[in-house]
Amino acid sequence: MSPSLLVLIPLLPLIGFLINGLGFPHLPKSAVGIIGSLTVIGSFVLSLLAFSAFLAGGSQPIIIPLFDWITVGSLNIPFSFQVDQLSLLMLMIITGVGSLIHIYSIGYMHHDAGFGKFFAYLNLFLFFMLLLVLGSNYVIMFIGWEGVGLCSYLLIGFWNKNTSFNNAARKAFIMNRVGDLGFLLGIFTIITTFGSVEYLEVFQQASTFQVGDPVIITITLFLFIGAMGKSAQIPLYTWLPDAMAGPTPVSALIHAATMVTAGIYMVIRSNVLYSLAPSTLEIVGIIGGATALFAASIGLLQNDIKKVLAYSTVSQLGYMFMGLGAMAYSASMFHVITHAFFKALLFLGAGSVIHAMSDEQDIRNMGGLRKKLPVTFLTFFIATWAIAGLPPFSGFFSKDEILAHVFEHNKLLWVIGVLGSLMTSFYMFRLLFLTFFGKFRGTHEQEHHLHESPASMTIPLIVLAVLSAIGGFIGVPQALHGSHHLAEFMSPLYDGARQANPSAFLATTLSHSEEYILMAVSVGVALIAAIAAYVMYVQKAAVPAPDSEEKSALQNIVYNKYYVDELYDNVFVKSTKMLSNQLYSFGEFFIDLFVNGTARLVNFLAGLLRKTQTGSTGDYVFAMVLGIVAILFWKLLL
Amino acid sequence: MIPNPILPEANIPEVIQNIPLQHYLILSTLLFVIGIIGVLTRRNAIVIFMSVELMLNASNLLLIAFSSYRSDSSGQVFVFFIMAVAAAEVAVGLAIIVMIYRNTRNTDIGFLNKLKW
Repeated sequence: MSPSLLVLIPLLPLIGFLINGLGFPHLPKSAVGIIGSLTVIGSFVLSLLAFSAFLAGGSQPIIIPLFDWITVGSLNIPFSFQVDQLSLLMLMIITGVGSLIHIYSIGYMHHDAGFGKFFAYLNLFLFFMLLLVLGSNYVIMFIGWEGVGLCSYLLIGFWNKNTSFNNAARKAFIMNRVGDLGFLLGIFTIITTFGSVEYLEVFQQASTFQVGDPVIITITLFLFIGAMGKSAQIPLYTWLPDAMAGPTPVSALIHAATMVTAGIYMVIRSNVLYSLAPSTLEIVGIIGGATALFAASIGLLQNDIKKVLAYSTVSQLGYMFMGLGAMAYSASMFHVITHAFFKALLFLGAGSVIHAMSDEQDIRNMGGLRKKLPVTFLTFFIATWAIAGLPPFSGFFSKDEILAHVFEHNKLLWVIGVLGSLMTSFYMFRLLFLTFFGKFRGTHEQEHHLHESPASMTIPLIVLAVLSAIGGFIGVPQALHGSHHLAEFMSPLYDGARQANPSAFLATTLSHSEEYILMAVSVGVALIAAIAAYVMYVQKAAVPAPDSEEKSALQNIVYNKYYVDELYDNVFVKSTKMLSNQLYSFGEFFIDLFVNGTARLVNFLAGLLRKTQTGSTGDYVFAMVLGIVAILFWKLLL
Repeated sequence: MIPNPILPEANIPEVIQNIPLQHYLILSTLLFVIGIIGVLTRRNAIVIFMSVELMLNASNLLLIAFSSYRSDSSGQVFVFFIMAVAAAEVAVGLAIIVMIYRNTRNTDIGFLNKLKW
């Protein structure tokens, strides 16, 4: 695998972006779809090549320098790529799921006027995302980080004729700015501490620090604030549910499979630093657990098919951070992979449903779709099964691994995790039953219009369903007589961390029987929730009440997402607006005084001088004579 | 009276020596003042123009007088220059005045106050 081929991986989507972006709206839709998808598929093929080449080459990270980028004083930031286990895994997820979603978009966005623009943005997003995971230092990661934020903004507000969509895009962007500030501060602290931003150098130097060093704790906290924004953790999560304003493929690609896992990628990438800062990891774990539970509880009462999935994403990301908090880096990565499969599938399935229902997203108006949309139903069912953590599908393996590690680390967090998984299973099956079972509750036109989506949409669904079903087998734990391929593959990543903090990487103390019990508990809980959902929504055919109906106080609070949005609105938005209005009126007063005062002064003086312009030639001549006399007087007599 | 300027013992012609230089000075000053008064008091643009020419010629006269009495020819060069410039200026100025007159049937400067603010 030559370096130039590797450079092509991010470059291909960029080329696709340029062609589609400059060609919009002149290129025909068919060409746009093919170009947009082919570039990504090309990247995917190259990623596979890189993967096999890396496997053949050993386990050491490969640095591919492209050019010297920034050199200031002793700080030298090269523009180079790093290929190792982590970046390869991310590459495969991004390009693989990305290819499928591109193909899906050809069908889904077919009637959209902005088809070419959409593909251009999607390709640009992939370029930045690939840059994010390929960069060999924090600054390149930051470029990608900001770039994906930009594309997220562009794509959430893709239908920009709708003000509320634009507001959602703005919300996502501004909320991420808060996190990005933390990330930037983290990078600056890294520069001042280590004098470099190259991962390898930073981690090599970091391994000489003591565990719990305050500088490292500061850095990791700052970086985690960045992750909070991008990965939608409490308190910076409210943008993600709103981000569902964008087209569904965007939700699948950016807000489920790739961009929102960038925070987890960053923590795993910096595992050396985090392993040295146990107190930060505690915070990460607590926030992750809180988010997992909190978002799952909101998901219980949501009635918009995409909103449920959005809260589910927030909750699953919480699980990943909970795993990170327990130093289960590989387990979190495992969950990133499986989550990318089944969450992308769920979103694409939801897109297929929305497509069939002619842009209806309220599950109260759906029902009984399984006969009309067999493929969508089957794939959606597999994904639901997977996300609920029921064996043998992928979600079971990754989630249980996280929960086992968390159990070892902190029993209370484990209880929270199990509760979250109960809720997860319940709201996912609720969604499934309300959408696909029972009687159709929509209008006649919708019923008439119902149809299975075209092949370009169903094929990605099927592929992702297969992946969701079998994806878990890359990480079968030893307790189930498997060899954990993924953990083995990723193990060299933690060499530095092992050196720095050996006590953190001791083998698990859980016996196999304990592990079986843990698995049984979480599977049992998920099953109970699924059965409860079945009883409620299929046997009793309950339908969530329309918004007009009275709810109990607790229901009201949960249905309104605990009023967090309103809280933020009152505390931050309103206060900022008030302050700016104050400054506006006050500062405006002074500035206006100065500016308008100058103008008035000039005006006044001009008014005085104007009086001399009488237009009478005699006056002018007289003035001239007076002037000459004055000059002569001056010259001759003084 | 204006003091008699000390003149070099140059060979000034007899004819000229008969008239003292002060006379020229007085005459040109008179002409110049008449010109100023004319410019300041008359309302007719043509007359003002003539008064301007009068002032120019007063200064020309002085230049010539000095150049003769001091046997220095550079004054005469100046005079030619002034004449050429005055001629050009009169050509332009008169053309303007004639155009104004054609348009307004009037050359009264009190009436021509279109350049007022």
